[in-house]
Amino acid sequence: MQDHILEMREITKEFPGVKALDRVSFQVKRGEIKALVGENGAGKSTLMKVLSAVYPHGTYTGDIVLDGQVCQFNSIKQSEEAGIAIIHQELALIPLLSIAENLFIGNPQKKMGAIDWNKTHAKAVPLLERVGLHEDPSTPINQLGVGKQQLVEIAKALAKNCRILILDEPTAALNEKDSKNLLDLLKTLQAEGITCIIISHKLNEIVYVADSITVLRDGQTVADFEDAKSVTEDDIIRHMVGRELNNRYPLKSHTPSDEVYYEVRNWNVYHPEDTSRQIIKDVNIQLRKGEVVGLSGLMGAGRTEFAMSLFGRSYGSNTSGEVYLGGKLINTKSVPNAIKNGIAYLSEDRKTYGLVLGQTISKNISLSNLKRISKMGILDLNKEIEETGENAKQFGVKCSSIFQEAGNLSGGNQQKVVLAKWMFNLPEVLILDEPTRGIDVGAKYDIYCIINELAMAGKCVLVISSELPEILGVCDRVYVMNDGQIKGEMPIEEASQEAIMRLLV
Amino acid sequence: MSKLKNNRTDLAKTLRSYSMIFVLIAIVILSQILTGGLTLNPRNITNIILQQSYIVILILGMLPVILTGNVDLSVGSSVAFAGAVAAVLQVNLGWGTLPTLVVALAIGAAIGAWNGLWIAIFDIPAFIVTLSSQLVFRGLTQVVLDGASIGPFDETFRAIAGSFITDILGENAAGVMPIITMGLAVVACVVYALVQIIGRRQKIAHGVPVKAAWGMVARIVIISAVILVLSYMLCLDKGYPTVLVILLVFSLIYSFICNRTVFGRSLYAVGGNRKAAALSGIKDRMSMFMAYTNMGFVAAIAALVYAARMNVATPKAGTGFELDAIAACYVGGASVSGGAGTIGGALIGCLVIGILNNGMSLLGISPDWQQTVKGIVILGSVAFDIIPKMRKK
Repeated sequence: MQDHILEMREITKEFPGVKALDRVSFQVKRGEIKALVGENGAGKSTLMKVLSAVYPHGTYTGDIVLDGQVCQFNSIKQSEEAGIAIIHQELALIPLLSIAENLFIGNPQKKMGAIDWNKTHAKAVPLLERVGLHEDPSTPINQLGVGKQQLVEIAKALAKNCRILILDEPTAALNEKDSKNLLDLLKTLQAEGITCIIISHKLNEIVYVADSITVLRDGQTVADFEDAKSVTEDDIIRHMVGRELNNRYPLKSHTPSDEVYYEVRNWNVYHPEDTSRQIIKDVNIQLRKGEVVGLSGLMGAGRTEFAMSLFGRSYGSNTSGEVYLGGKLINTKSVPNAIKNGIAYLSEDRKTYGLVLGQTISKNISLSNLKRISKMGILDLNKEIEETGENAKQFGVKCSSIFQEAGNLSGGNQQKVVLAKWMFNLPEVLILDEPTRGIDVGAKYDIYCIINELAMAGKCVLVISSELPEILGVCDRVYVMNDGQIKGEMPIEEASQEAIMRLLV
Repeated sequence: MSKLKNNRTDLAKTLRSYSMIFVLIAIVILSQILTGGLTLNPRNITNIILQQSYIVILILGMLPVILTGNVDLSVGSSVAFAGAVAAVLQVNLGWGTLPTLVVALAIGAAIGAWNGLWIAIFDIPAFIVTLSSQLVFRGLTQVVLDGASIGPFDETFRAIAGSFITDILGENAAGVMPIITMGLAVVACVVYALVQIIGRRQKIAHGVPVKAAWGMVARIVIISAVILVLSYMLCLDKGYPTVLVILLVFSLIYSFICNRTVFGRSLYAVGGNRKAAALSGIKDRMSMFMAYTNMGFVAAIAALVYAARMNVATPKAGTGFELDAIAACYVGGASVSGGAGTIGGALIGCLVIGILNNGMSLLGISPDWQQTVKGIVILGSVAFDIIPKMRKK
């Protein structure tokens, strides 16, 4: 007889028109780290929202059994009292409040009705110690990096005496070092008797940390691996997508030309507010036509800052350096200038910097080049629909029509819309910043194919990624960036994860 | 089966997008019953148009500003200031009508540019900048007018608001079919129908999906009927108010700007997601600056119409206009956070508020209760629009 702390039986949850969960059964043993994996839209987050009563009792069918007792949670508060805490993908901390204030925000430490600040701080210290965060509890949250904020979230869950800790994509925004820290912390907490459920796309992390794995696909449980140690990443992927994925990366069908086409020389950038701090230090890079070049670096190495400063100086101050395209010096001092000169930048954060979520797919695609569909400032709406429709189709955007709002699409589809948007401007150089962040395996493969096709069409593609296998899988050459400098450059044939990692740290 | 379901959700969506029109119709019918038929009386229709004309004009500036995710609280004071300057120029200094109009419009645009400068270039919150301008230009109005009212204006100036387009025979005699005015209405209907039909043909030629033809026919029939009936009623009174013609022409122009120009698209993009728009090469600061400059310009038009109708410029002119214009936009479906809304919607919002005001005045309801009712209707009509969408999630 197994000792299950939690059992979810025959859970079915429907949204208008969609069955998000279809009689899902899910068991978690006491004190284990359980991984829940699946493609985007497989129902992982929905299942966890049912468990934590974000969707309260009555909005789904099936039973939640905690310690052998059937529970009916009507509110998040009730599930928290039962010892279930969830940390959502988007952190729920209040930026201007201190760590201590955030820790006890739903659970104020009171004395005679007023908040007792001494008690709050005193209680915060051991909690922070437990999660290994060495910061003053009075530090405002917005002065912490994402990795440390994640730790605060965990401490907040511990403050509520949670027994089951649910983490939804906890490492999505973390670099490798912070990720490892976090995963090790989970193991420490496990030793203290806390059961964890972790949702993640990063299979290497799952294999590293989890004791057992459940795979969901299209709202159903498709596999339960009791012993995570005997499972390979390919096994998991096969169950996630339901087909054999012989190759996670498409075969390279492009060949770079010999001629250098896009070149950045002596690029220096300083911090936008603290103008004495140099963020990018004398960087030189070269891209050939039809070449996919990787830019590898840990978070904070200056990758995104470098990319944004190249794109119309969208980041930084006192920027200096030269950009050449086809041997000619070009002006990229403002975004419209950079776009006019054939540069495109796909942001790592598509919701904030890539899409107007409330607008249609069609209008999002045309935004990068309204000139193409207008004469003397007057739009030709029919031409817009016709031509953006072609682009959406070419990039395999799955949608009922191009009049669908971009905000209603899945992550992978949104990314394809952003790519289609940039290609609407027919650029020469594409800077892709984390092009596959937060999207599922199938869509990732599609994006890799698109990158391949762009190179075949003779574009210069710069791929920024923190996933080393991705860099090795799609690029022809890789630059390694650390502390705002290029630390090394190697053809992909000579590169290996170990070789790159040695330069990264 | 699934097609039937699709059709039904399509219908539900269409109905919801017209929800404000239903609110409008309901208010018209209610008001018509309560006032015993006075609301749709020819003389009263003319009155509603004249009363609401300034707010309609202000909407043409306010909606673009709201699309960028901001508001302008200084509009009422801009109206007062531009009107005051016009009065001083014409009445005190004896300027002709045309130069007076030009200077007043330029002053309006300058006020708008002043707001736009601080908001778009120096990133000072619009609420604060326009609150400041509200005080500044109300104060300057008093300075210019020296605390008194100045009037009357020349005959030509008053014609902006006071004149009517009538038949050749002069006043419309009862019982005689007004040929020219109704002729104009018929021309308007034909043009509308042609634009619809040609637009549909072009869409089909470009392979753009179109809705069923009966929808278009129904729309043409309904719109034409409304134009013809309204025109006939206006003819029964004094003919078309000149202001109405100004309003229609400007509404069409601004609707075109919002829907069919690069500038209009920029406004929606900036309001929808300013960062993404800027990184797509949209000139976000320029768009916001232009939206405010236009707001000031439009406020000056409203000022001229108002001054012409009142035949005097007063220190208190335009008080509260900004709130009416903002309310009309929101009632008409514009989003507070920006990026959504249409000129057409705002016009309907304006009519809802206008007919409500007018109906209550006809019923002799005191101004204090009028305000109360208006406040509740604004909240209610927006809630009616938003709550069904919220449930969906």
